Amino acid sequence: MFIAVSLAILITMGLALARALTGPTTYDRIAAVNMFGTKTVLLIAVLAFLSGRTDLLDIALVYALINFIGVVAALKLVTQKNFHSSGEKERKVE
Amino acid sequence: MIIDILSWVCLFAGGMLGIVGGIGIHRFPDFYSRLHAAGITDTLCAMLILFGLGLQAGFTLAAFKLALIFVFLFFTSPTASHALANAALHSGLKPKLVMNGRGVGS
Repeated sequence: MFIAVSLAILITMGLALARALTGPTTYDRIAAVNMFGTKTVLLIAVLAFLSGRTDLLDIALVYALINFIGVVAALKLVTQKNFHSSGEKERKVE
Repeated sequence: MIIDILSWVCLFAGGMLGIVGGIGIHRFPDFYSRLHAAGITDTLCAMLILFGLGLQAGFTLAAFKLALIFVFLFFTSPTASHALANAALHSGLKPKLVMNGRGVGS
């Protein structure tokens, strides 16, 4: 039964990966990668119960955190072209 | 027994919802409609699957970890969707509008 759910999650990950590879804009790719990361968290959680080793849930927890930070960092890099500027106009340094 | 059946129903509904979201992000014509499909199904799919797994786990440490994962996903997934839509709108990406069968705007 867990195998059926993990297969469904794998199919979803494949569809999201196809969109990430063929997306016309960069934002399509980032949205698809965000969905891929969320489904990866769910897949790790299901696999933890499938193999009976619930320690793997810690990895899913860490992956959920890293996924969000990664998506927001990629968005900042795409919209502002660098990591060091804040969102507002930079003041001239005397 | 009842808990088992409820858990499987939740897990299967979550898997089906995930596949629906995947088909949506693969076939919709526009970035915003794709984000709509992905953003809506993501949270409910994660909620159903984690709830089903939590019913399987019972009152253990694993259930607490699942609840923690659920809380993180519940807050971060809509935030990421909002940040994506906001960045795309500010970069000048227009939604594709169709009126009377003809494309309006891009």
